[in-house]
Amino acid sequence: MTTTQMPSTDNPEPKNSRSFMQQLTTGTDWKSAALIPALAVLTALIIGVVIIMLTGSSFGDAMSAYWALLQGSVGSLKAISETLTAATPLILAGLSVAIAFRAGLFNIGTEGQLLMGGMFAVWAGFTFIGLPFYVHIPLALVAGVVGGAIWGFIPGFLKAKTGAHEVITTIMLNYIALRLVDFLLKTEIFQREGRNDPVSKTVEASAQLPLLLGWINPGLRVHLGLIVALAAAAFIHWLLFRTTTGFEFRAVGANPKAAKYAGMSITKTYVLVMVIGGALAGLAGAGQVLGVLDRATPGFSSGIGFDAIAVALLGRSNPWGVVAAAVLFGGLSAGGQQMQVSANVGIDLISVIQALIIIFVAAPALISAIYRLKAPAASTQISKGWGS
Amino acid sequence: MELELRGITKRFPGVLANDNVNLTARSGMVLALIGENGAGKSTLMNVLSGLYQPDEGEILIDGVVQKFPGPGAAIAAGIGMVHQHFMLIPVFSVFENVVLGVEPTKTGGLLDRKKARVEVKEISEKYGLAVDPDALVESLPVGIQQRVEIIKVLLRGARILVFDEPTAVLTPQEVEEFFGIVAELKARGATIIFITHKLKEALAIADDITVLRDGKVVGNADPKTATPEVLAEMMVGRPIDLVVDKTESVLGAPVLELKGVTVTDDFGRPYLNEVSFQVLAGEIVGIAGIQGNGQTELVEVITGMMSLAEGTISFEGADISHLSPRKRHAAGMAHVPEDRNESGMVGSFTVAENLILDSYYTEPFSKGGRLQRADIATSAIGLVEAYDVRPPHIENTGSALSGGNAQKMIVAREFSRDVPLLVCSQPTRGIDVGSIEYIHEQIIRKRQEGKAILIVSTELDEIFALSDRILVLFDGKVVAERKPAETTPAEIGLFMAGKTT
Amino acid sequence: MSTPPIDRQPIESYEVTGKRTKELTRRQIKKARITGIVMFVLAAIVMFFLAPAAAGTSTFGLSFADETIQLPPLSVPSQGSLWVLAMVLGFLGATQFFRGFQSRTTVILGIAFAVFVFSIMVWATAGQEFSLISMLVSTIARATPIALGALSGILCERSGVVNIGIEGMLLGGAFTGVVMGSLLGGWVGLLAATLTGGVLALLLAVLAVNFRVDQIIIGVVINILVLGLTSFLTAQVLVKNPDLNNAPIFQALKIPVLGDIPIIGPMFFDQTIIVYGMFILIASVTFMLFRTRWGLRTRSVGENPKAADSLGIKVAKVRYLAVVYGGMVGGFAGAWFTLGTVGRFDEGMTGGRGFIGLAAMIVGGWNPIGAFFAALIFGFSDSMQQKFAVIETPIPGEFLAMAPYLVTIIIVAGLVGRARPPAADGQPYEKE
Repeated sequence: MTTTQMPSTDNPEPKNSRSFMQQLTTGTDWKSAALIPALAVLTALIIGVVIIMLTGSSFGDAMSAYWALLQGSVGSLKAISETLTAATPLILAGLSVAIAFRAGLFNIGTEGQLLMGGMFAVWAGFTFIGLPFYVHIPLALVAGVVGGAIWGFIPGFLKAKTGAHEVITTIMLNYIALRLVDFLLKTEIFQREGRNDPVSKTVEASAQLPLLLGWINPGLRVHLGLIVALAAAAFIHWLLFRTTTGFEFRAVGANPKAAKYAGMSITKTYVLVMVIGGALAGLAGAGQVLGVLDRATPGFSSGIGFDAIAVALLGRSNPWGVVAAAVLFGGLSAGGQQMQVSANVGIDLISVIQALIIIFVAAPALISAIYRLKAPAASTQISKGWGS
Repeated sequence: MELELRGITKRFPGVLANDNVNLTARSGMVLALIGENGAGKSTLMNVLSGLYQPDEGEILIDGVVQKFPGPGAAIAAGIGMVHQHFMLIPVFSVFENVVLGVEPTKTGGLLDRKKARVEVKEISEKYGLAVDPDALVESLPVGIQQRVEIIKVLLRGARILVFDEPTAVLTPQEVEEFFGIVAELKARGATIIFITHKLKEALAIADDITVLRDGKVVGNADPKTATPEVLAEMMVGRPIDLVVDKTESVLGAPVLELKGVTVTDDFGRPYLNEVSFQVLAGEIVGIAGIQGNGQTELVEVITGMMSLAEGTISFEGADISHLSPRKRHAAGMAHVPEDRNESGMVGSFTVAENLILDSYYTEPFSKGGRLQRADIATSAIGLVEAYDVRPPHIENTGSALSGGNAQKMIVAREFSRDVPLLVCSQPTRGIDVGSIEYIHEQIIRKRQEGKAILIVSTELDEIFALSDRILVLFDGKVVAERKPAETTPAEIGLFMAGKTT
Repeated sequence: MSTPPIDRQPIESYEVTGKRTKELTRRQIKKARITGIVMFVLAAIVMFFLAPAAAGTSTFGLSFADETIQLPPLSVPSQGSLWVLAMVLGFLGATQFFRGFQSRTTVILGIAFAVFVFSIMVWATAGQEFSLISMLVSTIARATPIALGALSGILCERSGVVNIGIEGMLLGGAFTGVVMGSLLGGWVGLLAATLTGGVLALLLAVLAVNFRVDQIIIGVVINILVLGLTSFLTAQVLVKNPDLNNAPIFQALKIPVLGDIPIIGPMFFDQTIIVYGMFILIASVTFMLFRTRWGLRTRSVGENPKAADSLGIKVAKVRYLAVVYGGMVGGFAGAWFTLGTVGRFDEGMTGGRGFIGLAAMIVGGWNPIGAFFAALIFGFSDSMQQKFAVIETPIPGEFLAMAPYLVTIIIVAGLVGRARPPAADGQPYEKE
């Protein structure tokens, strides 16, 4: 007789370099954290030139468009303010996607959560009259957090209780939110008096987020929301890496079965992480309506929730990476306005460039092949099919 | 057909999986290929089936050199693989599975379903492999699924059949039936290669035995003269000390007690049927049984991963039947799970993080919900040293460890907690001999310390080596209870096969 | 080891065989109770909220004025009909609650909802006249891009590649369809739309199969990319060259004789080439998937690529083919938005129809026929929303517009008849 043996496939191959999923859940080395994203952005911008030229413009036109892009994003104090204004909701929404990634969930529902958060915040903003700002602002922000959290709770709960795939439910909830906003804006509660089009009442001055640089020039729009967003990034970083809750999130994201065996509650984690993700997205929506728009209109989220997916991927689900990626995307967005105005190149080019950036970040092998880097990193794998 | 492998060498980064392997199998004979896990058996078979290309050496069939750029070429050459994990599509019918890739068609790529059914019927009748061509594969028992696999390779004209661990998932009757099928195939002149690590089975049906170790052929044996001991020694490279030194221990009070524990599936059918037993302090109770007789469910119901339908589970006298896994863990239960990669650790976490995977929320690792990184590191460094986890770097990821070291890491995590009950499920599955011995020593040491220990293993030898008392689980019931000194592996084997007392 | 003959089944097989038994689990019983209660609630709504408010008769137009055979309009007393409908619902609910329809529960629930929807229509048109036939015709038309979008998804997912870029494929097809249609005529436009979908699918295939990128990310990217690109090109090119955004529209082609049948004729035999294309594609893809060698291999790759590979089937090739074919179907569907309706392109004009297509695919259980019926339901709610806006009912159109999304959530949550996706859907296949 022999000592104990059990059947199992004997697989002598050593494990590949860490997969992107592992990087999303654990952290990254220098190359994948900085070099690949930088090259991805560069490559996307180069392809952008090609696209501009395909529409009949010259290379010179394309360069002046990019010059306008640069001017519009970092060329002046006003430009920097616009970049940061655009980056603010992207930081929060990006964190929303990122924290879900960490727990192994793909939150495509940021857009809807942001809409619901914005609606709650705008309601709190115009309903309570006569409150001092130091009460009203926190109240309106909390309302936004609650609105987003509710919209995040639904897919989290459904995933936990029934195994419904969060990608499907969040996509559907985005559209439901969109229609709900359309509906609400026509109700008496929300619709501005004397208007027939769907526009909400204006947020009270006491709930509007103060401008950070208003003392220099009232046209500088960057607002308190930026500070909130940076604080949120710091908080999420602390939560993920310094607390037992974050430990649970990361364990559930990396290996749910092992997490379950270690006594963690998968269902609780799914619900909690989607609530936190929804809350962050709701905060992003609140920041938009309280800091920038002062009211809600149909589709005021304007795709921030989708850009957030790109931001989270580019930032490798690391909270500070998300901040950096959001500032970059904010710059592209702010610069895109300038590009449209002064170089007459449509701002939609920015979406194209963003989409290309995600492709290159998600498929680092493409970048490695183009620039002949050694050992391409593994591609991104987050979702695990539709089932449960 | 005669199959010959000459000087097959296959390298992977950092590993020499097959090193100059030579072997020959002739028509009408069964060649058993035995070896430990990691000896290179599966690599060799993947080379043979065209999934891998060898770095050196050649494959000859009837003296002609073959080149297999892919599985299609190997199939065309007459080689048929029956994989350990069946390559079947559960939602397809039997005939769809069988003809996939060689579908009979009418004009325009239209499937000829009638002809496909006939083809399946013909083969199943010719070889006595009864199966309904229209049954859905997922509705068939494992033994029948295996028949479908065999029909599949026969339909492709395979004359060389390779079985990879074919009995691992079969019940004893199915094993008997399988041996019958092998005999039938042999009688019809097929060449059969039987990969296994079960020495008795190799001795029972093989005409020749080739032993693989560390990627090399270490020798051949004649099943008529060889004994399990000789084969075991060839497999591991040194005489095996089957006896684990253990002194009498002092038995204490019952730590774990199950009374009439019944666990059912969604349809109310039992996984476990009125299971009752005790584990005393200072005692090792071994649960023997063939895979799939309720062992997994037994461990899960004890640790709280599964809920029980009836009965009670007591721990140190207190009823814990409906406590959460977390509460049972906190009450003093340690658990080495059955599958280390799937449920025992988080591959992308560091060794330090894996070492606190189930106690991260307790002091000193956490205070007020905040992780105490200095304390976590200090503890990890100590454990890695104490439990001989190599390499001893606590910032390495878990997936970077070898199987044996990963298992030692899990054992370190669980055994370092000073708790009264240890539940170890397949504690040494698929790891190297050195690590097995080490883990066995640790288990015995815990017993000497007066802990209650429950071992679940499908390896009878492990059960015999460690247990103070053996319970046999069959079809969800405890069918026998014996002391190792008062029984023999043969008797326990009969109980495992369903004999009742 | 000698084995005494024992008659037993291995425990493991209980689980797999169990699914096919007629036995009711506790969960099923609970579900039957809940669905029964849902039907009761619907009955109560009809009885106590709709019926009291419905005075007069509800008149439904069944023929267009220009049809050869004219059917008289269907007039029913509103309140009386609602009472009858409420009783039907109540009966279904009671039966379901106490006995349960078991495997037919989903169908019965569907019927109950249909009855409920009809009740709403009766209530909304109380004292008014309403052209039911034009609503049915527009249901088919509106279901077309949804059904085709779902088919696009099915082709990809049956081979194991998740496609949530359907929306982008529709939009891309709509754009190139109109541009090429404006330049070279509708048929070239249709071809261009189809090819555009194929090219986008090729991007999905390359990234998913070769680079093994997460397929959901690729889908999201395709949607953003196409939305950005078409909007950019619209602003940069089409606005300056309106000639490029003015394509001929496919007119309805009436099939002789069949087209004259009342109700069915206008619905099915007096439609555009794109609608006929949808019917042909649904039928042919169903046949191909389940009756041909290509279909068997495609499905095998979507279920268990490793097994297919071990039998010499080229997984990558099969996936490429299925995905590109699926993309072409998606592009063809896109042409409906421009060449099939208005002849011009507007930014983001597909308005989430691709996602409803995705929903129809799931609700239809990854089966073309099922997806077609799901698309019909969604097309119906879409069309009802339009009609109700005209006759001014108190139901906000937004809630009708939400229906497809809500239904999908209910289905994926397994509250009613949960379908099983292909086992390897979304998982990249890596050869060892």
